[in-house]
Amino acid sequence: MMNRIDQEQADANTVSTDQLIDMYRWMITVRHFDRRAVHLQRSGRIGTYAPLEGQEAAQVGCGFALEKRDWLFPTYREHGVSMVHGLPMATIFLYWNGRPEGCISPRGVNIFPIAVPIATQLPHAVGAAWASKLRGEDTVTVGFLGDGATSEGDFHEAMNFAGVFKLPVLFFCQNNGYAISVPLAKQTATETIAEKAAAYGVEGIRVDGNDVLAVYEAVKWAADKARSGGGPTLIEAVTYRFGSHTTADDHTRYRASDEVEAWREKDGIERLRRTLVERGVWSDELESDAWERADRTVQRAIDEMLSAPPVDHNRLFDYAYAKLPQQLQDQREEMRTLYGDGGGK
Amino acid sequence: MARLNLIQAITDGLRVAMREDERVLVLGEDVGVNGGVFRATEGLQAEFGSERVVDTPLAEAGIIGASVGLAVQGMRPVPELQFAGFIYPAVEQIVCHVSRVRMRSQGRFSCPMVIRAPYGGGIRAPELHGDSPEAFFVHQPGLQVVCPSSPYDAKGLLLAALEADDPVIFFEPMRIYRAFKEEVPDGHYTVPIGQAKVVRAGTHLSLFAWGTMLRVSLEAAELAKQQGWEVEVVDLRTLSPLDRDTILASVEKTGRALVVHEAPKTAGLGAEIVALINEGALLSLEAPVGRVGGYDVPQPLFALEDLHAPDALRIMHGIANVMNF
Repeated sequence: MMNRIDQEQADANTVSTDQLIDMYRWMITVRHFDRRAVHLQRSGRIGTYAPLEGQEAAQVGCGFALEKRDWLFPTYREHGVSMVHGLPMATIFLYWNGRPEGCISPRGVNIFPIAVPIATQLPHAVGAAWASKLRGEDTVTVGFLGDGATSEGDFHEAMNFAGVFKLPVLFFCQNNGYAISVPLAKQTATETIAEKAAAYGVEGIRVDGNDVLAVYEAVKWAADKARSGGGPTLIEAVTYRFGSHTTADDHTRYRASDEVEAWREKDGIERLRRTLVERGVWSDELESDAWERADRTVQRAIDEMLSAPPVDHNRLFDYAYAKLPQQLQDQREEMRTLYGDGGGK
Repeated sequence: MARLNLIQAITDGLRVAMREDERVLVLGEDVGVNGGVFRATEGLQAEFGSERVVDTPLAEAGIIGASVGLAVQGMRPVPELQFAGFIYPAVEQIVCHVSRVRMRSQGRFSCPMVIRAPYGGGIRAPELHGDSPEAFFVHQPGLQVVCPSSPYDAKGLLLAALEADDPVIFFEPMRIYRAFKEEVPDGHYTVPIGQAKVVRAGTHLSLFAWGTMLRVSLEAAELAKQQGWEVEVVDLRTLSPLDRDTILASVEKTGRALVVHEAPKTAGLGAEIVALINEGALLSLEAPVGRVGGYDVPQPLFALEDLHAPDALRIMHGIANVMNF
């Protein structure tokens, strides 16, 4: 599926067995996180959540191919790649629990707050890449999107800017087949997402998004190219979300169960597990140990989310402006009088 | 000190800012070689190069969205939208991102930029070139909205906006871009954001206006003087945040008030100022606060635009209504 990858380059980028095991551990951690998040929503401990089950290979492969200094401009479904890039899992839970801390990546973790409006983050990624180019920095910026985003004007404007200014930006599209209920065939009349890149003088590549290695190699190749001044790339990682768009959606209304089952057989986690077993580096014991470790990690993050202190009420006002206008100061005073400061109670 | 018109003052302000701060870059359609459709950026690309004065593709959302990325990475973008009537494709970026970056990231990121947009009618431009959409952006928390009415203020407010850590929508009254000149200091000075200015003192009625409407309001104040009414004219200069103290102090002094704007009257900024006066100075009022606005119709083709925007006659009628209550 993937084309335009120089074989020599791909070989040079091939990951070691240890790294492969590391990728696998991440993929099951992300899956376990995702399933726990759905359960937390069902039991009312977090709000609406956007699951990613099925897209772990695409996200983990992408995350492994990037450098810590690179910048991510994610959507609301990039929990996997964000974790790999350094975002604490508890932060992601806090976000879906409606808390302002959930939008913030710690200093040194180069992730922009999640964009909820579709495709709007892509011009931001372009601007950020533009800033690194102006400063001569060796940084790549990745704008994430889904297949539905390619219908939005912002996608086209961002691709066009990236092409015209030859910016070090990657557009990483996880084509999971559906924008909520609308299938790709009703989203676009083109066969692929990748071919849209040609219209902007951008390179487009299509990769099996359930093959973590293929994704890794594609992103590594595109990032290396961007770093050496070769400009932007649109990567289409073809994948599938096994579940619903969000916990507020029911995918059985618009998808046949045999379609879902057919994709489950292409599950990237199972595929990587088989590879590890074939290489003789994986066992049932390691498998159960890996899931137990994932469970401990996820549980710690859930505990952290659940034990977070009450939100400081001042957060409602303190960051609306750098310099708080008088009328907001007055409103903040009124809030404090009526409701107190929150926090610690 | 030179005598400059409003657009020359803006060019001068941009030049001063770009000389002082290399993070400042100007981007938009036609801003480079052409110097902007109104020539606001004339000569800047020659001085600062095409990496800092950038001709972009024709894409308002792209211009503002890319500016978000530039700003959060430490640059100081000054995106130009050719006309305020072209701001609508970028509204999603402004409302969903520009205004919320700081709040959403709890201060981890900020989005300082100055979005310049010529606004208002009166220049015989084609359809959709002459809107006054300031109320949309005043209503959006996280933004500051500035609207100068003179060359001196335009340069000083622009330089203040470029120093602000919050994003600023900078509406330029295109009708008076070249209408008159005044002394504008060389080099750097600022006019603080958030401070209105009493441009004509009076005792009988406070008239609040901004941008294109200020000079028309001053004409109306002259007409009112012939009736023996001394109208105090206040230039708001900053529309968000509003200078509550200056507005209320003026109303407390005169006891009567009128708000004048070019935008449609219904749910315009005038309504907000009336509410503000009700909340803060009701007992000083001798009459209900009046409003004179554009009619509640889409900005018309230019054969009708003089009827749409308030002129001195209509403002005088508004003054008389308040005075004769």
